[in-house]
Amino acid sequence: MQPDVLVNLAEFMISAAFFIALIRVFWGPTLPDRVVAVDLIGVSAVCLMVVAAVDSKEPAFLDTAVVIALLGFLGTVAYARYAERRRRE
Amino acid sequence: MMDWLTGVLSLIGATLVLLAAVGIVRMPDLFTRMQAATKASTLGLGCLLAAAAVALADSSAVVRALSIGAFIMLTSPVSNHVIARAGYLTKVPLWSGTVVDEWRSHRDLESDRDL
Repeated sequence: MQPDVLVNLAEFMISAAFFIALIRVFWGPTLPDRVVAVDLIGVSAVCLMVVAAVDSKEPAFLDTAVVIALLGFLGTVAYARYAERRRRE
Repeated sequence: MMDWLTGVLSLIGATLVLLAAVGIVRMPDLFTRMQAATKASTLGLGCLLAAAAVALADSSAVVRALSIGAFIMLTSPVSNHVIARAGYLTKVPLWSGTVVDEWRSHRDLESDRDL
């Protein structure tokens, strides 16, 4: 057994996590549930980029991971501001 | 040897991320879902970044991995605090087995403001 198999298995498991979190995005009874699930999808996209960097020995994937992490954080904070402002009106 | 360390670390990280996703489907309300998703996915990402630092073994890659880790560990508590606050204030229903809700005793329910 080669160690590369473990990395490929990790890629498969993170992709599975991606789709399982998507179930909550479709089902989520309230909007914050959906936002939490989308946040987890963003984190698993970062994880997928990191594993891709491991798999291909290409450090450029880590830069992509930084950008996705930044966008996920900004999206979440923007949603929370929107929800609290909508409550006040 | 380093290849095996990389493989095992990425497998541990991927398992934690998968557990976070299972937690987000299985847990009963918003707040329990959030604590399952955030903690497990942060630790999983930490393990994956350690795997990347071991595998690439390059000073620039190690610095990038450390900076991603520091960024996630700084921003994920902030963003989850903000969602939890917005969720509580927009009256997301709590789980029926909830034992303690400390904020409620500090709030005036009619005017929807803090006392």
